[in-house]
Amino acid sequence: MTALIFFIFAGIAVFCGINLVAQTHPIASALSLIGVMGSLAILYLQLGGEFIAAAQMIVYAGAIMVLFVFVIMLLNAGAEGALQTSRFVRYFGIVLLAAFLGLISFIIQSMLPRTEGVVFGLFQGGTAVDVGRKLFTIYLLPFEVTSVLILIAIVGAIVLARKEI
Amino acid sequence: MNFLILSLIKAAVVAFVLLTALAYLQWIERKVIAHIQLRVGPYRVGPHGLLQPLADVVKLITKEGVIPSHVNRVFYLMAPWVAVTLALISIAVIPFGPEIQIGPIKTWMQLTDLNIGILFVLAVSSVGVYGVALGGWASNNKYALLGGLRSSAQMISYELPLGLAVAAPLLLANTLSFRKMVEYQSGYWLGFIPRWNVIPEIFGFAVFLIAGFAETNRVPFDLPEAENELVAGFHTEYSSMKFAAFFMAEYANMVTVTAVATLLFLGGWTPPFPEPYSDAIPILVFLIGGLIAFYHGLQPARKMDKFTLPATGLVFLGIAAIFGVSLVPALAVLKAILMALFWFCGKIGILLFLFIWVRGTLPRFRYDQLMRFAWIFLFPLSVINLLVTSLVVALTSK
Amino acid sequence: MANGVPLNWYLILSAILFGLGVAGFIYRRNIITVFMSIELMLNAVNLTFITFSYSFKQVDGHIFSFFVMVVAAAEAAVGLAIILTVFKNRETLMVDDVSSMKY
Repeated sequence: MTALIFFIFAGIAVFCGINLVAQTHPIASALSLIGVMGSLAILYLQLGGEFIAAAQMIVYAGAIMVLFVFVIMLLNAGAEGALQTSRFVRYFGIVLLAAFLGLISFIIQSMLPRTEGVVFGLFQGGTAVDVGRKLFTIYLLPFEVTSVLILIAIVGAIVLARKEI
Repeated sequence: MNFLILSLIKAAVVAFVLLTALAYLQWIERKVIAHIQLRVGPYRVGPHGLLQPLADVVKLITKEGVIPSHVNRVFYLMAPWVAVTLALISIAVIPFGPEIQIGPIKTWMQLTDLNIGILFVLAVSSVGVYGVALGGWASNNKYALLGGLRSSAQMISYELPLGLAVAAPLLLANTLSFRKMVEYQSGYWLGFIPRWNVIPEIFGFAVFLIAGFAETNRVPFDLPEAENELVAGFHTEYSSMKFAAFFMAEYANMVTVTAVATLLFLGGWTPPFPEPYSDAIPILVFLIGGLIAFYHGLQPARKMDKFTLPATGLVFLGIAAIFGVSLVPALAVLKAILMALFWFCGKIGILLFLFIWVRGTLPRFRYDQLMRFAWIFLFPLSVINLLVTSLVVALTSK
Repeated sequence: MANGVPLNWYLILSAILFGLGVAGFIYRRNIITVFMSIELMLNAVNLTFITFSYSFKQVDGHIFSFFVMVVAAAEAAVGLAIILTVFKNRETLMVDDVSSMKY
């Protein structure tokens, strides 16, 4: 059952990833990215990361991607024109990419030690309580620094995007 | 295997009841708004317009579904589907009652309890913005695009006060699952004041309700989709079943928001008085309702009411009798189910009546007033609420 | 599988998604799509963090992933604001057309 869910959602993630690169219109790419994020959230759930799965959907798919979709709609970005690189370069690039990924997969499979399998429910430490406990004790400094970072990002985005009167 | 069959039965029951309730919620809305505006509302199709939702469903299904030629087909067809799916999914984690035991089967009146139930509802409502945004953009129409963009900007702006207002009862109850949240709110102070979260968190409840109005695009925040603004906004180009899908999604969102408000702030299915006294309330309510219906049936205002009002009175008296019969100790399971459903649906009903009442009463905000209200008033209020709550929790915990 | 999905498969999936992100970053000419490929790369890295967090049975990987998400949010906000400003000045979203500092 775990393997079935993994294959289905890994397949959806890879398909949406390929769709992101292959589609010409940015909105289709944005929706494919939301598909990737959704399937990755299910995989995080399988790995016991329930808080991170919910945070991924709320923050990434529900806020960041909405921002992307807004900007695409506002700028009225149309479909891209034809590429200027030659066909041979493009297709050879795809072949090279596939070969590179195959090489990486082979290395991962053969060089890393045999780990145990992922069983859904084996790792119970990913609850909100555990994440919160570590976040507010050991990782308190990065937490406060990222809150200042977000404040800087808010101020920067507002200053950059406002209308000059 | 037992769990799977049980879940399928529960899912079928919840789906059937929810879809019927959504249709009749529309009937209730039309009747209540009509009576606020001193008219009658749907009256002819069936007694007191009770078959009006059925007639509407038949009309919407058999209407010609026009797909304009200039729209982006894939997203145009996908948007209402996404909106409806996400609106209906969040019912899966809402508990309707406590654990009951029917024969050998012991189960909660809930489809599934997640450890992160509240985060799940927030996540689903965050992703639900796409239905509106895509619907507006795919229609390839200036008004629809503006309506869609404004509506999605409004929804994501009001998600912040919504999330912060939700965080305060979470601090008090120290849990993210709905079941444990309702269990935290059971019990009584001084013997008769219920331990509902609304009493310490009255501001949080107000912020949550206001943000809930804005999340579901209801008046006074319904500028993006009102009929006389922006030519009906993002669902301008939609007809028949796709339009019905957007409508259904809006009502399902309303039910979800009120259900979450009930669970987080109003104690879910726990009655406001201790147990032996609160059992009489459903019986009294339905008894009085039946007697009033009978009384009005004696001098009806219109000719048809000579039959319908006494019939309604009989139905109410029958329900009161069922509640009364369930008090017998042998039918304890029935009593648990009925009482839990009565209090939970009663509280949701009161909040939904509030939604409909506000719709019939208030004018709508202008768009910049709406955004200003969210960022300059509601967001700081919810942050202060959270700060005060966390201060109190930190000072009083060991 | 008697004992679940092998952990290496998650790492391979993460590598595939990262490779697709790099391919999108290099191939595509629309600046917003390039930005989205960067987000795809960040997601792939998140998956790796969570996988290793499962492997060590500690929650620290989740916290790293959380910070990656937060930084991605800040970066997306500022990056899109910059894209809006560039669009206002150059009126194009194609990367090839914004090839000199002087307009």
